[in-house]
Amino acid sequence: MFVLEHLWIIPLLPLLGAATNGIFGRGWSRAATNSVALGTTGLSFLAAVEMVREFAGLDATQIPWVHSYFTWIAAGTFRADYALQVDALTIVMLLVVTGVGWLIHLYSTGYMADDAGYRRFFSYLNLFMFFMLTLVLAANYTLLFVGWEGVGLCSYLLIGFWFLKKTATDAGDKAFWVNRIGDFGFLLGLFLLFRQFGTLDFAPVFQSASAMPVETAGHGVLTAISLLLLAGATGKSAQIPLYVWLPDAMEGPTPVSALMHAATMVTAGVYMIARSHLLFLHAPAAMTTVATIGMVTAFFAATIALVQTDFKKVLAYSTISQLGYMFLGCGVGAFSAGVFHLMTHAFFKGLLFLGAGSVMHAMGGEQDMRRMGGLAKSIPWTYGCMLAATLAIAGTPGFSGFFSKDAILLAAHSGPYANAPLYWLGILTAGLTSFYMFRLLFLTFHGQARYDHHSVHPHESPPNMLVPLVVLAVLSVAGGWWAAPHLFGGTDLFARFLGPVFGVPETAAANQAGSELLAALLGAPVIAGLLGFLLAWWLYIRRPELPDRIAESLSGPYRLLSGKYFIDEIYAAVIVRPLLWISTRVLWQTVDERVIDGTVNGIARGSEEFGERVRRLNSGNTRTYATWVVLGAVLLTIVLVWMAG
Amino acid sequence: MVPISYYLTLSAILFGLGVVGFVFKRNIITIFMAIELMLNAVNLAFVAFSRALGQLQGQVFVFFVIVVAAAEAAVGLGIVILIARNRQSLNVERVNLLKL
Repeated sequence: MFVLEHLWIIPLLPLLGAATNGIFGRGWSRAATNSVALGTTGLSFLAAVEMVREFAGLDATQIPWVHSYFTWIAAGTFRADYALQVDALTIVMLLVVTGVGWLIHLYSTGYMADDAGYRRFFSYLNLFMFFMLTLVLAANYTLLFVGWEGVGLCSYLLIGFWFLKKTATDAGDKAFWVNRIGDFGFLLGLFLLFRQFGTLDFAPVFQSASAMPVETAGHGVLTAISLLLLAGATGKSAQIPLYVWLPDAMEGPTPVSALMHAATMVTAGVYMIARSHLLFLHAPAAMTTVATIGMVTAFFAATIALVQTDFKKVLAYSTISQLGYMFLGCGVGAFSAGVFHLMTHAFFKGLLFLGAGSVMHAMGGEQDMRRMGGLAKSIPWTYGCMLAATLAIAGTPGFSGFFSKDAILLAAHSGPYANAPLYWLGILTAGLTSFYMFRLLFLTFHGQARYDHHSVHPHESPPNMLVPLVVLAVLSVAGGWWAAPHLFGGTDLFARFLGPVFGVPETAAANQAGSELLAALLGAPVIAGLLGFLLAWWLYIRRPELPDRIAESLSGPYRLLSGKYFIDEIYAAVIVRPLLWISTRVLWQTVDERVIDGTVNGIARGSEEFGERVRRLNSGNTRTYATWVVLGAVLLTIVLVWMAG
Repeated sequence: MVPISYYLTLSAILFGLGVVGFVFKRNIITIFMAIELMLNAVNLAFVAFSRALGQLQGQVFVFFVIVVAAAEAAVGLGIVILIARNRQSLNVERVNLLKL
């Protein structure tokens, strides 16, 4: 019971690592920095594993396990403890964050080996782990918000890690600002929660919320709270309309993209919605909004990914798209399926990004797929792992992505919040996903080499980069087998594991529908994926001259897609520029310079003039002073006499 | 018995003369003498009250005033001598450095 009693160990270890490397690490060797960074994160992972073992021995009545360590804020009736909580959902998140996080730390020792900011990088990375673990362990919204903002800060620091690059710092700023908008909604949601329930602790809030009637009319306080929380989630998890920061965030080092902008941080929004599922379940209108936003984002981002030529940009839009699936899962009531996809996505998308880093390593920093090709022979290990991840994300039967994505689509089709248009859009998006991922694979690893053989010599990455790739590849293949028995009429082990959190497995209804229907339903995404694969194969292997001709003949749609629907430009024209104009003309040049500066300067000038006048009384002539003294004395006497009389 | 009002009137007249001399004269020694005149006008008032009320405190105050006046005369005359040396003049109009 040691770790369960001392849960704070898990987040505090990485903080210790960040502080040690950040404060004392100056001049240390790479090996020393590595030991601290990997040691603390690894211990944190082991502590999490030990905690799971202890958790298995708990009674059902002790779950969720909440442990309060000290009162952090006490003001009036408001009270926030440093309290940590463990239940099945926390365990999934905890293992993903510490496990994948550790692998990516290991990978970074190879990828960042020649970087001047080595120590700073690991310090930030450890700090991120601390905040992310605080986020998933928090037992109240206040502490969750601390982690939420903390990971945002680390995201900002790591996107702008190469701060001498203007585009990198701009991308960091953009991520920070866009998240501010979402966080504003989140904060309002928290205020409303506190007003309604008088507390922000999970247990009492959810208890009171589940006692309230379901707001079928589509409006009410729970609907308002849920929609505001959703606003926060769209910012952190890069959904419409706040997704614009994530593609730019690819300016950061690739391990950062893998860890934060694919595997863990961006899933915080999904986690938060899953954590608050009792609020959302009482607000059907909010559920529909979550599902619609998720699916529309998934489709929209997938179409953009079809034509991108930058390796990492394709993966970025793919991440947005997959996060959309997770939102869809939550929105149709299949929270455990959403979290399941979160987990498998952490495996295969983390792997894809690490593979992308390995390819960039091999190609000397090249990111443009048009200057790659035929790399499968030069970097076979990377190729094998990328192939596994691509098969997983495309939903190939037997791979992890198949189980999680299909669980979501199944719930969209026949779950309690089934939504036919969203289901078919989901199938279509599955086809698009398969197409753009195989396009990426074919352009990079197959066909003819399109790079300059004299200047680029592709070489396989060192073992400390390959080991994480292989481990994640195994997880990408096998990580979904929890749900496998479900296919054969058994129970979904993952849903059963999360059962105590989300109630009965949502797929129970589908079980009754019979396995024939199930087979038909699972077939549709697989067929869509197969079509996507065949199309990619036809266009990029069989007839590699075709894509350019198609792009020419369909130049309008092509430009729309490659310009990312010009959303950035629209935002700039509609929001950023008017804001800049108001800030410059009104707030700065009028309010600040005229009104505030004018008042302050006016007071100063008035005092100065008054002083200039009064100064003349001070003539230096003793007899004048004497006259003033006499007059004063006379006046005083008159006053005293008058008062006495 | 001379009524106290006589003494007080004399005291007021002497004090008034002192004030007028202090404000209007330019010679620093005259100003000095005007200050002494005012102090002694006050002394006169103290003594008059002391006798009229039959209390000794007034006369004690007079001694204090005389002591202060003596000290003041010592310091003041020293300053006067310095001014006279530095400026070759006793005119206070020319001593106007006491300003910003």
